[in-house]
Amino acid sequence: MIKTENLSCAYGEDEDKYLVIKDLNLHIERGSFTAVLGHNGSGKSTLAKHFNGILLPSGGKVYVDGLDTSDENMIFKIRSLAGMVFQNPDNQMVAAMVEDEVAFAPENLGVDPAEIRRRVDRCLEIVNMTKFAKTAPSRLSGGQKQRVAIAAVLAMEPECIILDEPTAMLDPSGRQEVIRTIKMLNKTKGMTVVLITHYMEEAAEADRVIVFDKGEIVMDDTPKKVFSQTEKVKATGLDVPQVTELVHALRKEGIDLPEDIINVQECADAIFERLK
Amino acid sequence: MIKDITIGQYIAGNSPIHKMDARIKILCAFYFIVLLFVIRNPVQYAVITLFIAFMVKLSGVALKFILRGLKPMLFILLFTVIINIFMTPGEPIFELDIFSWTLSITKEGVVTGIYMLLRLIYLVIGTSILTLTTSPLMLTDGIEKILSPFRVIKVPAHEIAMMMTIAIRFIPTLAEEADKIMKAQTARGADFESGSIMRRAKAMIPLLVPLFVSAFRRADELAVAMDARCYHGGKNRTRMKQMKMSRYDIYAGIVFFVLSAILAIAMIAF
Amino acid sequence: MIRVKNLSYIYQPGMPFENQALYDINFEIPDGDFAAIIGHTGSGKSTLIQHLNALIRPTSGSIEIDGENICDKSADLKSIRSKVGIVFQYPEYQLFEETVYRDIAFGPKNMGLDEAEIKDRVYEAIKLVDFPEELLEKSPFELSGGQKRRVAIAGVLSMRPKVLILDEPTAGLDPHGRDEILGQIDRMHKENAGMTVIFVSHSMEDVARLAKHIIVLNHGRVAMDGEVADIFARGEELEKMGLSVPQITQLTRELIARGINIRPDIYTVDFAKNIYKELFCAREEKK
Repeated sequence: MIKTENLSCAYGEDEDKYLVIKDLNLHIERGSFTAVLGHNGSGKSTLAKHFNGILLPSGGKVYVDGLDTSDENMIFKIRSLAGMVFQNPDNQMVAAMVEDEVAFAPENLGVDPAEIRRRVDRCLEIVNMTKFAKTAPSRLSGGQKQRVAIAAVLAMEPECIILDEPTAMLDPSGRQEVIRTIKMLNKTKGMTVVLITHYMEEAAEADRVIVFDKGEIVMDDTPKKVFSQTEKVKATGLDVPQVTELVHALRKEGIDLPEDIINVQECADAIFERLK
Repeated sequence: MIKDITIGQYIAGNSPIHKMDARIKILCAFYFIVLLFVIRNPVQYAVITLFIAFMVKLSGVALKFILRGLKPMLFILLFTVIINIFMTPGEPIFELDIFSWTLSITKEGVVTGIYMLLRLIYLVIGTSILTLTTSPLMLTDGIEKILSPFRVIKVPAHEIAMMMTIAIRFIPTLAEEADKIMKAQTARGADFESGSIMRRAKAMIPLLVPLFVSAFRRADELAVAMDARCYHGGKNRTRMKQMKMSRYDIYAGIVFFVLSAILAIAMIAF
Repeated sequence: MIRVKNLSYIYQPGMPFENQALYDINFEIPDGDFAAIIGHTGSGKSTLIQHLNALIRPTSGSIEIDGENICDKSADLKSIRSKVGIVFQYPEYQLFEETVYRDIAFGPKNMGLDEAEIKDRVYEAIKLVDFPEELLEKSPFELSGGQKRRVAIAGVLSMRPKVLILDEPTAGLDPHGRDEILGQIDRMHKENAGMTVIFVSHSMEDVARLAKHIIVLNHGRVAMDGEVADIFARGEELEKMGLSVPQITQLTRELIARGINIRPDIYTVDFAKNIYKELFCAREEKK
């Protein structure tokens, strides 16, 4: 779905020049759910902005569904294939009413009015916000705003949705709402999802975790395999889920537990198994 | 609190006024304002008063809500009345000597003062009915459509409308932010309320600088988010909500025609 | 000592948007305490802390700080605000001065202190938040996100508050940034024995690491008030209030539900490690 070839991104000129992304090769499969982890300033947001041509590579290529993002004639096609949701829910809303917000993208694409109406209704339904169609965004909670932002992107009928720290500014229940919506899109609608985050519990829900540090991929595997390397993850300024940390600590004490535990359920099962 | 500004607020509803085409509604509002400034006798004022009362009733919006829009205007209203009362020449009904000055209230002054007051109040109520019954998007769309013939002379109709939409969208967000920053600075001992005008103006710096910085940051992020959703100006853009004239617009035409006729008769007869 | 008695607050009484935010709040926070106020969004936490330095006046009830009722009309607002410092959420968005130094000096200057005293306090404050001295003359807008936040916190510390209130100090930070800020807050509290720290959060992980005393707000009422361990032992109730308890607490509950005999108040990884280690060892011996 998304492919980068020797992608690099540089900021600044000549002597001040430094690379935010270094010679990156990455392939995101269609229908997959990938989490990109990295501390603030690791370059993960910059990377995400290359996936739909908001930023163009200083070196190398990015392909979305086979289309080169540096091809100017294709840019709207690319952006509608790879929709993007941002961190701050307040700063990505244009319209003063929810349904107008969702209509914004298809309007830009010149979609027929009757079809826009159908898409708006369907997308609000998907994120379960139908009853707020006529509400002002400023009256919604953070989680609701982000669900509207997701609907606003879905209205372009993308194949892939990229979320740049969509939960960083939300409270726990808002975070849950958003993650549940994202998972549902991936599982039931077959949408390709790229989730950029620094919450480990969220990354544990993905099929694949990429740890990004100083412009490079330092780890790229299933969540189980990534988190079981507790020290390596911590060295990049990140955390592992608490239960993974606990199991890791217990294993160090010589207690025989599987090393690839990443959620509460698995952890309870494993401990129970050995204690009963 | 600043959060409760009514500008740009829209109250959804199903009244005939809600159902009117935004373009026609804007033109009607304009025409109404023109009427307000041509009428000059008490009978005409009575007719207009009846008319506006009828419109408020028809819109289904609570009168309390409409009147709230007048609150921030209070100072301007009072000022206009006072200026008119004292500055209109004519037959004095009351005189006040202050040192070598004679302030006189004239009969004409009182009458013009009252007329002016009514005009301004009706103007606010009339425009409030427009903004309260028209969703901001429809309103800006209407303005865009009305302005679009002027594109030939390089009036950027779409851009103006887009700017208005975004401004309306961000008023509550920025008002809330201003409130927050003000509290944070007050907690650090800042004083926004006392001192001379100069001191107070200076005291606003800790509020205004962060507010501007944040507005720019928001604008920046918004631009990227709009880009990501393929925004590229008004070219080839479609709209979900099409503006269609309906029978209500024809009714509105008839109502305004009758109103004009009555006012004209009142002008000649009295 | 902070003593809140029968505090209620109604937002815009008599207006169409009238809304009661706080109902009959009662609690005490002793000097030198490290308290956390937790609750879901809209539970009234922010409204409550704004009462504590008289940014908002209660509709009824009273707040005593060191025996003085700060809700009195005659209360000296200036002295209350220098005694109780509030670091608001995303405090970096309130920076405004040309240099870091002047921004941190804003509070002490408003208190009417002399230049030498102000300088002392600025240097003391940056030391507390680990901010490098050589950046003092830089514009606060050129700093990184984490540094900006530290400057903003220093801007409150420079007033030498006896009570420091922090509203979501770790919001938006990554794990590393979060650990740093939490570590500094903890150190600040330990080094200034008399300072009371109140921190407001919906992150139960953060609370578990630092606080001694927790007040849980739910829909404008005090739902729980007690020692950390006692509060965490009531995980299920917390979740019903829309709070997410740490994974470790969830794990404990899960195991208790399956019939394993362990104490319910396990809430940090280290503590859990020791408990489970003992359990496993005991089991080995039995074999």
